[in-house]
Amino acid sequence: MSVRVDDLKVYYSTLAGDVRALDGVTFEIADGEIMGLAGESGCGKTTLGNSLVRLDGRMRHVGGSVELDGRELPIADSRAMDEFRYHSISVVPQYAMSAMNPTRKIGVMSKELIESRGIKYQTVKEEYEKRLRMVGLRDGVLDLYPMELSGGMKQRVVMVLSTVLDPSLLVADEITSALDVSTQKAVAEALVGLRDNEFVKSMIVITHDLSILHEVADTIMVMYAGHLAEKAPTEVIIGGPRHPYTRMLIDSLPEVGVRFEEKRLAGIPGKPPSLLDPPRGCRFRARCPLADEQCTEQPPFVEIEPGHQVACWKVE
Amino acid sequence: MGKLELQHVNKVYRVGTFGGDSLHAVKDVSLTAEPGQIISLIGESGSGKSTLGKMILRLTGITSGRILYDGANVAALKGKELKPYQAKVQGVFQDPFSSYNPIFKADRVFRMVKDSFYGGVAQSEWEGRVEQALQGVALDPEACLNKYPHQLSGGQLQRMLVARALLMEVEFLVADEIISMLDASTRVDVLNLLGDLKAGGLGVLFVTHDLSLGNYISDSAVILRKGRIVEQGPTQAVFDRPAHPYTQMLLESVPALHDARDPEHWREVAAARERGSCIYHEHYPDANAIAPATEENPIMAEVEPGHLVTCATVDEDGGCIQNQPVAGR
Repeated sequence: MSVRVDDLKVYYSTLAGDVRALDGVTFEIADGEIMGLAGESGCGKTTLGNSLVRLDGRMRHVGGSVELDGRELPIADSRAMDEFRYHSISVVPQYAMSAMNPTRKIGVMSKELIESRGIKYQTVKEEYEKRLRMVGLRDGVLDLYPMELSGGMKQRVVMVLSTVLDPSLLVADEITSALDVSTQKAVAEALVGLRDNEFVKSMIVITHDLSILHEVADTIMVMYAGHLAEKAPTEVIIGGPRHPYTRMLIDSLPEVGVRFEEKRLAGIPGKPPSLLDPPRGCRFRARCPLADEQCTEQPPFVEIEPGHQVACWKVE
Repeated sequence: MGKLELQHVNKVYRVGTFGGDSLHAVKDVSLTAEPGQIISLIGESGSGKSTLGKMILRLTGITSGRILYDGANVAALKGKELKPYQAKVQGVFQDPFSSYNPIFKADRVFRMVKDSFYGGVAQSEWEGRVEQALQGVALDPEACLNKYPHQLSGGQLQRMLVARALLMEVEFLVADEIISMLDASTRVDVLNLLGDLKAGGLGVLFVTHDLSLGNYISDSAVILRKGRIVEQGPTQAVFDRPAHPYTQMLLESVPALHDARDPEHWREVAAARERGSCIYHEHYPDANAIAPATEENPIMAEVEPGHLVTCATVDEDGGCIQNQPVAGR
């Protein structure tokens, strides 16, 4: 097991009280696994990704633990986390354009970044250039400024740069969302390539787009309002989801080949609850057609088949 | 009523520090939108799709060409002359959050419509109309009147903007990426709303970069690339039997949960790619797809009724494989 998260709780402190964005999540990621993390905006998926790397000023670690390769991560202690960041856990942010310094050539910026971590640039330079070629970037790319690259190229540079030290875990947050379909595909392929070449051991790919995950992920975990709803192998989530939220979400997705006249899709009525003072029990209860008395108790996240976990009372 | 025609529309932007350079954003675009039809305008970023929408709404000028609405050219209208046109053709844009002023309550958008277009309508009658428009977009007036924008969800705000357009008895709606900011679970509701409004005779230009959304809702599809229409036709024909290599590439790149492609057509596609053939030049061996369109020089070839395609390598370096000397680049 390369990553083990146990009952992790991270809240945002606001003037109105705590926003319980991540309220007790427990899961594991195996070596070589690409786990997709899906959910609506505000469900806590980015909070989960960020809390594995860096808690910002408003985020508070309330409980639970994260273990990486058998060592517990001191996620609440930013200075102690420095030892892990970049070396064993790394992140690719959504906006690669703002992740780069616009006043530096890419090569210079990469050198500064790598040396800031106490590593001689010369020792990794050859490998870095080799990997840039592997994701389809020309040799001269290090002599260019970020503004000279397209969005997809920048995204790939950042991906290679964040994994050049072979981290155990890579968190990729919405990295394809701002891209066109044709560049999206190249980035998705590069992402899988990082794992296949064993540059990273396991990956969390955060996105709201389930069809991208269908292409890249081995397993998909669905979150709803700070809780986990379901985790299963990709084919099971797409083909036979059990949680009512996952089912309704997949049924609402228009696909090439589905037409309004032939098959009218339905959305999910209502909206997610406020996380400032979330309701007791299952948080999907208010929008769920199956909900009854029992759902005022919080359902446990239990395994119903090997590798398939669901948090719902209505699932046998 | 409500027939919109674009004839050879071009848009050139002045760019560079002193406006010395030019950017040809929309090139020789012609299309017709019938009332009660949804046309999806599909293109990647930089394809000119939003520029085209803005030109129809007359939010930006037209460099050359004509835009006819019910037979009258609206491209030359200025200032006050535009008002009657704007009462019939309206737009809804991508980001519902920035379409509202956060200082004022969200329903101010309705009042502004009254002030500028319906000053003579009595207040009580107006309130009835607002309520009706809100019900038309499946919103509960109780839940969204007298609220500030931050108290409403993105889907609610976006539907209120559609309601605002309906309030004006619009005949044609330009919907520019209206659902890309919405969550998956509410997206399809806004799409279904467009479908229902269409049944009531509204014409819609649905601008999107998402092929599956365009495929779901529209009657006909227009694929735009670098400002030029590369393929257009009935949605089903374009998506099931894409004829232009660019459309084929887009459809191949779309991530999908289930593969719904017709294997036979895609085998033919692969074979045609192998041969390096260009459907347009098979129809018109001597035509030039980048020259201005005329009767003698059509820029698109018809592969089946209503399904048009242009040269396979239009606007790429090297010119068309089939027809290099005549294309003359």
